[in-house]
Amino acid sequence: MIEGAKWRKWVFFYLPMAFFLLFLLFPFYWMIITSFRPDGELYRPWNSVNYNPFWTTKPTLEHVKYLFEETLFSAWLWNTTFIALVSTAISLICGVFAGYALSRLNFPFAGGLGTGIFITYLVPQTLLFIPLAEIIRNYNLGDTPWSLILTYPTFLIPFCTWLMMGYFKAVPKELEECARIDGASRWQAMLYIIIPVAIPGILSAGIFAFTLSWNEFIYALVFLSSPAQKTVPVGVTSELIRGDVFFWGPLMAGALLGSIPVAVVYSFFVEHYVSGLTGSVKG
Amino acid sequence: MAQVVLRGINKFYDTVHAVKDVNLQIRDKEFVVFVGPSGCGKTTTLRMIAGLEQISGGDVSIDGQVVNDLAPMDRDIAMVFQNYALYPHMSVFDNMAFGLKMRKFDKKEITQRVKEAAEILGIGDYLLRKPRQLSGGQRQRVALGRAIVRHPKVFLFDEPLSNLDAKLRVQMRVELKKLHQRLGTTAVYVTHDQVEAMTLGDRVVVMKDGVVQQVGDPLELYNRPANKFVAGFIGSPAMNFANVTVADGNGRLTAKNAGLEIEIPGTQGERLRAHLGRELMLGIRPEDLHIARAGDPAGLTFNSRVEVVEKLGSEILLDVRVGEDSMVAAVDPATQAKAQDQLRLAVNPERLHFFDARTEAAV
Repeated sequence: MIEGAKWRKWVFFYLPMAFFLLFLLFPFYWMIITSFRPDGELYRPWNSVNYNPFWTTKPTLEHVKYLFEETLFSAWLWNTTFIALVSTAISLICGVFAGYALSRLNFPFAGGLGTGIFITYLVPQTLLFIPLAEIIRNYNLGDTPWSLILTYPTFLIPFCTWLMMGYFKAVPKELEECARIDGASRWQAMLYIIIPVAIPGILSAGIFAFTLSWNEFIYALVFLSSPAQKTVPVGVTSELIRGDVFFWGPLMAGALLGSIPVAVVYSFFVEHYVSGLTGSVKG
Repeated sequence: MAQVVLRGINKFYDTVHAVKDVNLQIRDKEFVVFVGPSGCGKTTTLRMIAGLEQISGGDVSIDGQVVNDLAPMDRDIAMVFQNYALYPHMSVFDNMAFGLKMRKFDKKEITQRVKEAAEILGIGDYLLRKPRQLSGGQRQRVALGRAIVRHPKVFLFDEPLSNLDAKLRVQMRVELKKLHQRLGTTAVYVTHDQVEAMTLGDRVVVMKDGVVQQVGDPLELYNRPANKFVAGFIGSPAMNFANVTVADGNGRLTAKNAGLEIEIPGTQGERLRAHLGRELMLGIRPEDLHIARAGDPAGLTFNSRVEVVEKLGSEILLDVRVGEDSMVAAVDPATQAKAQDQLRLAVNPERLHFFDARTEAAV
C-alpha cells in the first residue's frame, strides 16, 4: 500500500469487511444469544424498562435442558448423524468410482454420461420428492431412516461424481501409467496411487456431502412422520413451533446444537478441504 | 538386456496418421535417441513400445517376442517420464520399491536393490523424504532410480531432462550417459533437443510428421544428412540454405545465385553434373564459413554484409546478408566486425551440401 493512503485502506477494505462480517455473523450471534436468554427476557415488550435485545444479564441453560428433557432432541441428533454418515459413505463410494471411470476410462459416451449425471443434479428436490415419495411408499420405507439414506444419494452421488471427476482429471495421467509399467493392474494403480493422491478431493466431497445431508429439510419433512424418527432440522421446526407459537429459546438452542457438528467437521478438515478445492497435487 | 525391433509401426488417431511405417532395429545395449520437433510422433512411438498406446499397425518385439498385445507390466520395461511422475504420497524409498512390491519381491531383496540404486544415483540420504521435499534434479534421480531397481530389459525415457534448468540438464545428461555405460541396458530416449540427441545417442533417429527421416550415428547425421530437414535440425546454429543453380563455367561446375558463385570441387562436381542447369538448395554450416584470407581461392569466396554480430565468447556469430539470402557464419572470436561491414566470406569446399529443391533429399 502506498504511503499516505491509509484512509483508502479503511474506506475500501476495513469498513466493507466489517460490514460484511457483521452481516454474516449477526444471525449466528442472534442464535447464540437467544439460546441462553431466559424466557422472561425473550418475551418482554420492546418498551419495557432496561430493554436490550442484544445482550443478556441472566444467561441460562434452561432451553438446552428443555430440549433434551422435554423433546426427542437426542434421538433427532442420532438420526441425523446416522443418516448423514451412511448416505455420505454410499455417495462417496459411488462418486469416487464413477468419477474415476468418467474421467479416466475412455469408453464410448463417457462425456455424454458425465453431462447426464450433472443434469440429474439440476432437477430440483422440490420436484423430485413427489415421485420419490411414491417409491418410498411402494417399498414401505416411509418413516424409517432408510427412506432418507436411500434418497439423499439422488443428489449426493451426482455432486460427488462431478467433484471427483474434476479432481481425477487434475491428477497427472503419467502417475497411473508409471504405476502400470511398474507392474500394477488398473485396479491396483487406482487403489495404491490414484485414490491416495485424491484424498483431499475425497475429503472435500465427503464434507460437502455430509453437510448437505445434515442440513437437508424437504425429504426429511415429507418421508418422516413420527417424532422419534425425525432429523434435527425437521424435528426442531416441527416440534418447537406449535401452530403459531414459536418456542424461540429451545428452537435456537436446537439450531445451535445442530450446527456444531458441521462446524467441527469443517474446522477439523479445513486444511485438507482447502487444498482439495484448489486441487493441488504436489509432485 | 534385449533388442527391440519395430516392424512397420503405424499409429492412427481417428483420421490423423501420427506415426507412419516406422522400421527400426535397436540392438542389445544400444542407446537410441528419437529426436524431432513436437508432434513428430517420437513420443507416440515410445509409448507404443511401452504399451501405453495401442499399435494401429505393425509389430513391436522385445527380445524376440512380439509384445503388441502384452500389458505394459508384462513387457519388462521401465519408463522415466518428463514430469517425473513420482507418487507424491510415498517416500523416495517407497517410490523406488513400488515396482518391486507389485512384482512380489521379498523385503530383503527390495531393500538391497533400492539401497544399491540410491547409492549409484547419490540419493541415499533422501530415502525417507517425500517427493515434494526434493529439488528438480533430485526428483529426476528418484525417477531414474525407480527405473533401475527393476533391472528391466529396456529403459524408455520420455524427455526426462526438459523440466530441468539448463545447467542441471547438462550435468544430468552426463550422468545418464555414465549410467548407461555402467548398466548396459538397452535404452530408447525421446527428446526434442538435438544436442541431447547427439551427445547421448549411439544412434539417433530423426523424425518429422510421423516419418523417420534418417537413422544414424550422430556424426553421420551431422556430416551426411539425408535431407534438408535433418541438415537443418542437427547442428547449432542451424545450417544455412540458399537456392542456387548449377552452372558450367569453363568446365568447372559452379553453384550460382544473385549473391554468390561457388566452385564445386572435383568429385562432388562430377556427381552434380546430372543436375546441370537445375535449381538446387545449397547448404553450408555456419562453422564451415570463415572470413576470407589471402590464400583462399577466389572461387570459394563471396561478398556479404554484416547485419548482427553475436559475441558468444568461444566464437562470434555473424548474421550476414548474401544477395537475397540470410546466413550465419561462426567465426574466430578475435574477429573485429560490426554491423553494416562488408565482409568477404570463404567456404570450406569439402563441406558443401546440396539438396533437391523439390524433394529436399540430399544429392
